[in-house]
Amino acid sequence: MRTDRSLRVVLAEDSVLLREGLIGLLGRCGHDVVAAVGDAPALLAAVEEHAPDIVLTDVRMPPGFQDEGLHAAVRLRGKRPTLPVLVLSQYVQRTYASELLDSGDGTGVGYLLKDRVGQVADFVDALCEVADGGTVVDPEVVRLLLRRHRDPLERLTAREREVLGLIAEGKSNGAIARQLVVSEAAVGKHISSILSKLDLPPADETHRRVLAVLAYLRA
Amino acid sequence: MSGPGFLLSSWPWRSAGYLLTGAVTGAVALVVIAATAAAGVVLAIVLVGLPLLVLAALAGIPVAWVERHRMRLIDVGPAVDQHRAPSAPGLWAWLTCRMREQATWRELGHALLFAVLLWPVDALVVAVALLAPLSMVATPLLMRTVGGGEEVKVLKLWTVTTWPAAFAMAVLGVVLLGLCGYVLGVVAGARAALTRVLIASREADLGTRVVELTRSRLRLVDAFEAERRRIERDLHDGAQQRLVVLTMTLGLARLDVPPGPVADQLAKAHEEAETALEELRELIHGIHPKVLSDHGLPAAVADAADRSAIPVDVELALPGRLPQAVEAAAYFVVCEALTNIARHSGASRAEVSGSHRDGRLFLHVRDNGRGGADAAAGTGLTGLADRVSALNGRIALSSPPGGPTLLRVEFPCVRTDRSA
Repeated sequence: MRTDRSLRVVLAEDSVLLREGLIGLLGRCGHDVVAAVGDAPALLAAVEEHAPDIVLTDVRMPPGFQDEGLHAAVRLRGKRPTLPVLVLSQYVQRTYASELLDSGDGTGVGYLLKDRVGQVADFVDALCEVADGGTVVDPEVVRLLLRRHRDPLERLTAREREVLGLIAEGKSNGAIARQLVVSEAAVGKHISSILSKLDLPPADETHRRVLAVLAYLRA
Repeated sequence: MSGPGFLLSSWPWRSAGYLLTGAVTGAVALVVIAATAAAGVVLAIVLVGLPLLVLAALAGIPVAWVERHRMRLIDVGPAVDQHRAPSAPGLWAWLTCRMREQATWRELGHALLFAVLLWPVDALVVAVALLAPLSMVATPLLMRTVGGGEEVKVLKLWTVTTWPAAFAMAVLGVVLLGLCGYVLGVVAGARAALTRVLIASREADLGTRVVELTRSRLRLVDAFEAERRRIERDLHDGAQQRLVVLTMTLGLARLDVPPGPVADQLAKAHEEAETALEELRELIHGIHPKVLSDHGLPAAVADAADRSAIPVDVELALPGRLPQAVEAAAYFVVCEALTNIARHSGASRAEVSGSHRDGRLFLHVRDNGRGGADAAAGTGLTGLADRVSALNGRIALSSPPGGPTLLRVEFPCVRTDRSA
């Protein structure tokens, strides 16, 4: 678990039970929940007031219990494209993920299943990853998308799709290498092959990774 | 009514009773309607009269009610009330329902015709057909009492002076009475038939019932969908949240526990809780997918395509939203079709396309499989057909051996601009 920095978090979750649990969990991992709110308008106000390092929000919130949390996140990113936002959802839905990733420039966003908070270490790592400008997409969404064999992903080999999936989950080259039991250099090769096949010419390295993930999600 | 058996049965008396009560009812109806309407018109200037006029307009309802009950005297067929049950309790709902119904106005027309024209006819027929022969039968008696044994005037027309003539008149009266029995029967039958056409026609009744059945079926579908959404929401807000908190607590506990048997047990419990959470998530999705209510049919179908085991191309452009029941039915049809394709067709690719035009939603699901799908073989397709027909939709399957299979579904529906 990464404990190198303490994040100032604004948390939006309407279930009191879960809200208190998340505050405890984040506190336990050295992060500071500066505001915990229960609906979308309060979330917008709290972000305005506290200027947090990251926003953690539920998708479904009062008053309509539809996707108010998601829309609030998209609005926040519209105002401040660099504001890191991690959205928790009870459901895996590509529509929700795409909506979120289309906001801002696609960096510093995350979309995770609520179930993932149970894997405390992974969850907090994902939070830090997003706060550092990464893009984290739930493995479940990744798994759904892996089934789709459509352009431009059709050009990728199975191994390359696998690597791209792991990038989308927010994993670093080192982590990917460990998971696939290959060398980090091999991962690097796969990644450059993916980037060239997806027509992403060399530029800022982190940004291209995110673009690759976006291409993957929109495929 | 043919044969002398008729005269010995209760039918002549029932007919007479029908016409007699008709005359009384009609007279009462005339007085009440005329009085109410007149009072209403006079008092309309001070507004008090308006409710009275409304009351007069509704006068057809009680009259028709009485008429339908009276009809049982001579007509064994049921005379069913054609009014609908109001959609909400309360006087106002009842009143607006009645005012909008065709039946109310038919009944008013009937009541007016009855009050002005029909009851005098009833009265006349009964009077002539009963009183004339009865007074002839009574000639000897009258001669003995009123006529003092000397003479008596029969029906104020003929003067009878002798006893044999009086008895002959009585015999003639009995014969006439028999004939009049038939006359009463015919007239009463005709009157009842006329009444039935005006206020209890069997055909109109059937039409009303079909409309009512269709409506109740739609209401049932809506109620069913609402219930699905309620269950989905209850599970989401209750069990699912608690399970998330449970896994989180277990996850935190695992961080604190040193390696050992307790840690192992904790890890196992954690895994079980996560599995339960995953199963619950799938269950909730199956009951009513959230993306369907939030984003509509195209997004939900795209989501179903994502979950399909074989690649599915989706081409579904629907501006605006559709009624919830239609969206749900269409979504489940597509899901079921995709499941069938993955399971039985041997296809490597499927395609879902659709559009909304001329007030209908058209959906096509095709695959490149081996075909030969049989609508009669399994319950899956029958279930789909039931779902579709409950919304007045149509479903057609074309699946020649060797493929390809094409499932076509259409629903009549209007787009709503429910925003996502």
